[in-house]
Amino acid sequence: MESPILPSLAALAARVPDGAKLAVPTDYSGVAMAATFALLRRGIKGLHLVCVPASGIQAELLIGAGAVATLETSAITLGELGPAPRFVDAVKRGSIRLLDATCPAIHAALQAAEKGLPFMPLRGLIGSDLLKFRADWKIIENPFDARERLVAIPALAPDIALFHAPLADREGNIWVGRRRELVVMAHAAKNTLVTVEEVRKESLFEDEALTSGILPALYVSAVAEAKRGAWPLGLWDAYGDDEAALERYVAAAREEDGFRRILASWLARPQAAAAE
Amino acid sequence: MSAFSKTELLIATVARLLEGCRHVAVGASSPIPGAGALLARAQGTGAFRVNLLGSRRHNFFTSGGVELFDCAAEGRIDAFFLGGGQIDGEANINLVGLGRYPRTNLRWPGSFGSAYLYYLVPRVILFREEHSRRTLVDKVDFVSAPGASPPDVYRPGGPAALLTGLALFAFDKERRRFRLESIHPGHGLEEILANTGFAFDRPEEVPTTPGPDADQLALLRGRVRAELAETYPRFVASVLESSAA
Repeated sequence: MESPILPSLAALAARVPDGAKLAVPTDYSGVAMAATFALLRRGIKGLHLVCVPASGIQAELLIGAGAVATLETSAITLGELGPAPRFVDAVKRGSIRLLDATCPAIHAALQAAEKGLPFMPLRGLIGSDLLKFRADWKIIENPFDARERLVAIPALAPDIALFHAPLADREGNIWVGRRRELVVMAHAAKNTLVTVEEVRKESLFEDEALTSGILPALYVSAVAEAKRGAWPLGLWDAYGDDEAALERYVAAAREEDGFRRILASWLARPQAAAAE
Repeated sequence: MSAFSKTELLIATVARLLEGCRHVAVGASSPIPGAGALLARAQGTGAFRVNLLGSRRHNFFTSGGVELFDCAAEGRIDAFFLGGGQIDGEANINLVGLGRYPRTNLRWPGSFGSAYLYYLVPRVILFREEHSRRTLVDKVDFVSAPGASPPDVYRPGGPAALLTGLALFAFDKERRRFRLESIHPGHGLEEILANTGFAFDRPEEVPTTPGPDADQLALLRGRVRAELAETYPRFVASVLESSAA
């Protein structure tokens, strides 16, 4: 069998075509930032970005660079650092198509896809303006109780799921621990691309304590190693956010020129180049 | 009388609003509600569970992002917090932006889980520190989640209270109106009326919001501060006083 371990981030990034429906996790879940820089280096464009269920600096950079055509998300925020400036600007200019959602609707859409179902019913939502602007979401009657209306959320099967995790083995099994949303993303997606801090020689299945947190290689299309691959974000207990870098970003990206400069400097980082 | 800051008053008020809860979840970017929930837990004697989203240590969910929502749907979460760039007199909340959607003049992060949790969690506490006619409006520009629903929509949950930097309101589900419960020390009714964009009910004499007592302050400046620092380092460093200082 062909090895799922790729020699470089550039090789991984080459597997994401322009215009792909790309699913990415939220900031604290394991964000493949080094791979995102690789995508930006090759000038990716036209993405339909699905944030599971929200995003921060990753979506912000992709939007600022003009790589996103459609944004499907429950929120974009830089957390304690405040609003994401390039996202706010893009909305104001109308340069991206918005599919505003609520977190459980995105989870439900992926769950429908992983179960091979056409839709998932969801409570809530009725009376929210979100529903008015989502022609793809339909109000249905509860078939078991006509006194209740629910919302049907159609299945969402991303072309690609992309995330970062601490550990893989050579077969392409990934340890995701308790971040089960990464598993749902991978089940739902047609292809899953993963970057990891470390590729281990021994099979992850040899340690029974790890097995409940494994995403099996069955669902994984390709893996590339990326040390500190979530930078400037953190990765669980492995390392924290680079607060200083994120603060510099927010200060710089208020204006388009400042954004271009800091993005260029991040894309030229020697660590990133070395990892490739 | 022990001196306390405005932030400490808000945190103590949040803790009081959580009395009787067994499981409280706190969303991302919510340091004051998070501190209030941790204070309520620190004060509590019985089982009082807190889940801070975005925390590793104070979050016991193991089934991924969906577990919070499944838990709420099953009635396993007693209280949650929501905010909003705009909140109106019927407790509709707007987390999306100002102006005409989708090209809002000012865009906020987005609706997060509000369009679900607002319906399902029995005691939703609306928290918005800025109390002004900009934030408390007659009608929101975009309804992320409505304050009330018709009978054919499953809705065991909804707004219980609105806490701002000036006052505490309770929400009357029958009348679909807020009632002024108390005004924070140092502020008056005229100021509330001048800065609230919606009509509300009020008693003839409006009480003053009680501040934290010495025990609460000690917990807040010690244990709670330490617990919160993992998730909200900036907030803890810049806003919360330390007993060690």
